[in-house]
Amino acid sequence: MSSSSAFNEEKGGSSSVGEPEYGHDPASGGIFSSDYKRHDDLKEMLDSNKDSLKLEAMKRIVAMIARGKNASDLFPAVVKNVACKNIEVKKLVYVYLVRYAEEQQDLALLSISTFQRGLKDPNQLIRASALRVLSSIRVTIIVPIMMLAIKEAASDMSPYVRKTAAHAIPKLYSLDPEQKDQLIEVIEKLLADKTTLVAGSVVMAFEEVCPERIDLIHKNYRKLCNLLIDVEEWGQVVIINMLTRYARTQFLNPNINESLLEEGGGADKTFYGSDEDEDEDEEEKEKKAEAAAMAKRKPYVMDPDHRLLLRNTKPLLQSRNAAVVMAVAQLYFHLAPKAEVGVIAKALVRLLRSHSEVQYVVLQNVATMTIKRRGMFEPYLKSFYIRSTDPTQIKILKLEVLTNLANETNISTILREFQTYIKSMDKDFVAATIQAIGRCATNIGEVRDTCLNGLVQLLSNRDELVVAESVVVIKKLLQMQPEKHSDIIKHMAKLTDNIQVPMARASILWLIGEYCEHVPKIAPDVLRKMAKSFTNEEDIVKLQILNLAAKLYLTNSKQTKLLTQYVLNLAKYDQNYDIRDRARFIRQLIVPTEKSGALSKYAKKLFLALKPAPVLESPFKDRDHFQLGSLSHLLNAKAGGYQELPDWPESAPDPSVRNVEVPEWTKCSSREKRKEKKVEKPFYSDSEGESGPTESADSESDSASGSESGSEGSGSASESEESGGVSVSEEEEEEEEEEKKTKKRELKKAVQESESEQSSEEEDRKHERKMKQQKSDSESESDEEEESESESSQSESDDSESEAEVRKKKKAAESKPPSKPAKRETTKEKKEMSLLDLDDFEPAPSPQVTPVNNLFSNSLVTDLEGLSLSEAVLLPATITPSSALKSYELLHRITGEGLSVEYCFSRQPFSPDANMVAVQMQFTNSSASDTKSLHMEDVKLQSGMRVKEFPEIELLPAGETATAVMGIDFCDSTQAANFQLCTHTRKFFVSIQPPVGELMRPVFLTENEFKKEQGQLMGMNEITEKLTLDAKCRNEHAIVQRVTTAANLSRVPCGSDKECSPPVPPPEHPVHRFAGRTVTSGSLVLVTVATREEGAAQLTINCEKMVIGTMLVKDILLALTQ
Amino acid sequence: MINSLFLISHSGDIFLEKHWKSVISRSVCDYFLEAKEKAGDPENVAPVLQTPHHYLISIYRGKLFFLSVTQTEVPPLFVIEFLHRVADTFQDYFGDCSEVVIKENTVTVYELLEEMLDNGFPLATESNVLKEMIRPPTILRSVVNTLTGGSNVGGTLPTGQLSNVPWRRAGVKYTNNEAYFDVIEEIDAILDKSGTTVFAEIQGVVEACVKLTGMPDLTLSFMNPRLLDDVSFHPCVRFKRWESERVLSFIPPDGNFRLMSYHVSSQNLVAIPVYVKQNISFLETGSCGRLDITIGPKQTMGKSVENLTVTIPMPKSVLSVNLTATQGTYTFDLTTKVVLWDVGKLNPQKLPNLRGSISIQTGSPKPEENPSINIGLQIQQLAISAGLKVSRLDMYGEKYKPFKGVKYVTKAGKFQVRT
Repeated sequence: MSSSSAFNEEKGGSSSVGEPEYGHDPASGGIFSSDYKRHDDLKEMLDSNKDSLKLEAMKRIVAMIARGKNASDLFPAVVKNVACKNIEVKKLVYVYLVRYAEEQQDLALLSISTFQRGLKDPNQLIRASALRVLSSIRVTIIVPIMMLAIKEAASDMSPYVRKTAAHAIPKLYSLDPEQKDQLIEVIEKLLADKTTLVAGSVVMAFEEVCPERIDLIHKNYRKLCNLLIDVEEWGQVVIINMLTRYARTQFLNPNINESLLEEGGGADKTFYGSDEDEDEDEEEKEKKAEAAAMAKRKPYVMDPDHRLLLRNTKPLLQSRNAAVVMAVAQLYFHLAPKAEVGVIAKALVRLLRSHSEVQYVVLQNVATMTIKRRGMFEPYLKSFYIRSTDPTQIKILKLEVLTNLANETNISTILREFQTYIKSMDKDFVAATIQAIGRCATNIGEVRDTCLNGLVQLLSNRDELVVAESVVVIKKLLQMQPEKHSDIIKHMAKLTDNIQVPMARASILWLIGEYCEHVPKIAPDVLRKMAKSFTNEEDIVKLQILNLAAKLYLTNSKQTKLLTQYVLNLAKYDQNYDIRDRARFIRQLIVPTEKSGALSKYAKKLFLALKPAPVLESPFKDRDHFQLGSLSHLLNAKAGGYQELPDWPESAPDPSVRNVEVPEWTKCSSREKRKEKKVEKPFYSDSEGESGPTESADSESDSASGSESGSEGSGSASESEESGGVSVSEEEEEEEEEEKKTKKRELKKAVQESESEQSSEEEDRKHERKMKQQKSDSESESDEEEESESESSQSESDDSESEAEVRKKKKAAESKPPSKPAKRETTKEKKEMSLLDLDDFEPAPSPQVTPVNNLFSNSLVTDLEGLSLSEAVLLPATITPSSALKSYELLHRITGEGLSVEYCFSRQPFSPDANMVAVQMQFTNSSASDTKSLHMEDVKLQSGMRVKEFPEIELLPAGETATAVMGIDFCDSTQAANFQLCTHTRKFFVSIQPPVGELMRPVFLTENEFKKEQGQLMGMNEITEKLTLDAKCRNEHAIVQRVTTAANLSRVPCGSDKECSPPVPPPEHPVHRFAGRTVTSGSLVLVTVATREEGAAQLTINCEKMVIGTMLVKDILLALTQ
Repeated sequence: MINSLFLISHSGDIFLEKHWKSVISRSVCDYFLEAKEKAGDPENVAPVLQTPHHYLISIYRGKLFFLSVTQTEVPPLFVIEFLHRVADTFQDYFGDCSEVVIKENTVTVYELLEEMLDNGFPLATESNVLKEMIRPPTILRSVVNTLTGGSNVGGTLPTGQLSNVPWRRAGVKYTNNEAYFDVIEEIDAILDKSGTTVFAEIQGVVEACVKLTGMPDLTLSFMNPRLLDDVSFHPCVRFKRWESERVLSFIPPDGNFRLMSYHVSSQNLVAIPVYVKQNISFLETGSCGRLDITIGPKQTMGKSVENLTVTIPMPKSVLSVNLTATQGTYTFDLTTKVVLWDVGKLNPQKLPNLRGSISIQTGSPKPEENPSINIGLQIQQLAISAGLKVSRLDMYGEKYKPFKGVKYVTKAGKFQVRT
């Protein structure tokens, strides 16, 4: 990367040499003798007419501000330049103004009118900048002006200005908290904003102004979830943290059932369950029992919105921004089912490679997590190994994590590691290691003796600190089983001669006193030595000497009576009143005098009571009641403005509050956008300036919407698959419920009324089709005509025109009356509607017609396509009923500056070239001016791909809509076709990427032919998948409809015998077959869906092109299961 | 979120302050300076400190402390990450992030800080957006500016901020269109005394230098993406494509950036390129010690090991060392007590060796622990994870043919030998 390094060098060089003038000015300014003089100087420069002088002066002033020097007396001179033309001067003046306005309120008002003018500027960036500075000026008088400006900006056209408005909200709030109510209104409005640019900033404002108004989030919850991945990183952090809190108030604990299992299984519990947690567990158990009872009553089902949040945040674990990763990690920790929390471990471990500050914070959080969920980090044990080069604070945190992770299986490895740590030069770290060993020893019974022996060896360590720490830890360990270790106690007694660290000496003395019966010989001697050095000891040691003396007096008064007296006397005159007090107290207690009260009888009980062993536990225990990743968690204290993480609710609040009431038109447009993204933009919405910053949705949501829509779509479509059915099934959740409602409302009547009608109609249609099939069957049996037909449909590529002609004739000859009306109807309808956005029309206006349409729109129409091709060829601009087709967005209204373009795969043969897929585009000019000469340019394609451009649209008047058809030969690949869409003024980069299902055209095969062809496409060319059909997708229509929606295939009529006799009930487990050919190469694509009991089914795809096959399997699987 | 920022030099001099909300007196830094005194080593200053009215969150970069002051709850990583981003930006603009450079460019620094935060909330942190608003100083520009009174503030408005590809500025033009990718893999390892691997893993990054005209849409695919265990991406990378196809699809930022970093699945055994034979001992008496280190190639996949360095932080009681190196040169820093041996290229025929005596302060006890040895090395044209190869780079959206290049380098990351 030579070029880059050269670039850097150049920059590096410049920094030392560059800008000598400005660079040295601020520094040299300090040398000038008098401040006043210099300021006069600057004032003069500011008053001059030359921009360069002004700039120079401003730079020096800003440099003063930067260094913390007071420059407030220049205010009048500076503020005059607020309207300066030079951008840099202006910016620097703004910097100055914001810094000093609070001090010079009156003068600052002079500048306000400039900003007010700026707020009306046609350029969005100037509007934004004016609002930014205006809102930063902390002058109370202008609060009303700010309020007005914010309100106005909140409904600005430009999302950037709206973002600035969101930023201004907390500024105004901090200036005047009384404005809260009005500001909340603005926040509410901005929360509803659909752009990624605004989302982060407004949630930030929400968190600062009204974090308690969680109800404002309901309606925006799903949108926020879906936008999340496209929001900028900082906004993501804020949104995720807020949503964590939200989810805790709205959803049920996903671990209710898990905690039950855990209790029963207990495998994970052995560590904690061992000793110390026993009592706490009792409480917990009770709680769990309650929860269990509840859970038994009602099995836990995760709210789909809860799932949505988890799913949409997960990819962000891959963010480069540590704060985002941490935010997602804490979200998973607090919200995810136990089984899923594990995914965050890897990402957190990755952060350990980052800067040491990041490590510090991450390790703190990991330490807390390891206490609750040890298993999660166990595989990464070695990533927490300590290097001698780590800073001490990192070492100690890693040690904490390692200790938390220790269990029976890994303890030996961990202890071996600890062994090396003890030799470290960093003594604080060594001390911490010894503590850690102590904790491992108390927690894991098996290694207690090993640890103790190791620690005893440390007693002979050269370093006093190490010895001292060991003594303290050994003391704690010995308390657990003193009788076994009297030799250790003896050993420690000997140490009193050498060890000088007070804490260690105190510990030893306490030990000897406590267990003096184990070392009856040594104890008095130790006391003797201590009595000798008593006056020179530290206070804590003195106290322990007193304790020791008292205990010995009680157990062995013969030998120690005098010594005790002596020590008590010494203590009596000690400087420290604590020690004097203690001595007085002990004397009264143990030395029997005639006045001594009842207490002295109990002296033995008091002093020699059995003390419980101390519990060595992690300082990170229970830290998780703070939201992880927060400042409060890090400090283990509630920071100002911290919002408590609420407990899970007992029962879930009404989930319907998150349903969004969307007016029809928004709903549709947003839906289309989403769809477009799903297919075209795998990750984010913006590959080439289309779809704009305004609208973006997470592509992750498709499965969600799929699953939701599955039930939804078929719910409303099962009986009366209205024309919207297909698109409905693709609906976003957020609109779904609502849509359903409205639709239901609209449809209910129609459906009910037409149900009978419809079913009869259906019957009729079946008849029709069967008749047709019959015919074709008979044809195939006897007729050569049929042969030519199938041939024609097979090899369309040869010469579609003539073929079409032939077919036309043939069709005329055949004249299938039943099929034609249906076809006509659809084409007619489509022609009527092509001027408008079809998708914008809900089925409501013509419920009776559209259901029919949809019912067969795919299966029937495609079935018939082989026959009616000519019609399509004659009318290249026509479209199949687009209500059944997904339309995708090519250019969003905002990006396109008023021009929006949508496209759909019309599934009609493209007449100029049969190898091309027809793409129907619909241009809508919603701007105020006419758009001229719409055409394509600069087509970028993968090798082999070809494009037939649509004819130039010369004029698209404002508010008008036009359609055009273009053809693309995708070469049977799903590579996108990129090109520029040009108007007379602008060019837009756009790209069209086909779903795999659009790369084929239907062919008509009989069942026998199908089976024959299938027989030739076995082995590698066959892909079989088992699946469970979605509950709402088990009837024939639903399956057929879903498959034909997913791919441009035609249904193969099954079992002719059944076909001819409608009254015969359909077989219990029907097999559905579909056939098609890829558009370019004409390879056969055969799809078989064989249904079994209870919704089980098997999907088989036979296709020569394995790539197409695999992709198609995925798509169809998705269509059928969700 | 972030109220104020103070830049504090290594010695404790507060040389720059910037406030985004009300002014907070710089006396708040006293708490920090106190903690800094206590900690001794600047690396040991706790990144988060609590004072009666404020919270101080700081980072240490380039011998500078970036200290931010907040008053309310804020995710600490949010601030830390942001401060590092600020330091990165300075690095990017001035080629260095040091006290001298920042003092020299105070005004530019101030302008940058002004744009990066609004009311304490990050506004523009993408280098491409910032560069559109405030041009980085160059020699030529500073000369021109001096003559014409021009400025380093962009005349055009920062449209990048409005774009949905905020990391890429519009209207990029190059005469030579080129895209270079460096796959850099670092071996993190801890070896014990006997040379056994205690812990080893491979961390990699793909650094990119893309200078392409217009709005190219790139797709980078790997030969064996399954090797990648954990990845993180620049925001430009489309997650979805990676999830489904294991290719990196992105519209690149202009210039240098880190495309992705990855971790190679820990199931794979890590090849350790060199072995170290060492013997460091301190004598019980006579206050001296011996040192003998030999380095040899182990698993280098036939490539030569270059830029070999050995760093040994000696115990504090060491006074001086008297060593001879068969290859390269060594230095001993008297204040930090670090022996740095710059070996250069490893010659498998004649293994480099460093030996000699260490003298210890008389009277001080024999050091408890032997110092650990830190190895630095570089192997060109090799990705140690064996198999991670860029298979192809495709460009869509633009017509020209770019010049493409991929380079592989293996480096030692945190490679430590315990003794």
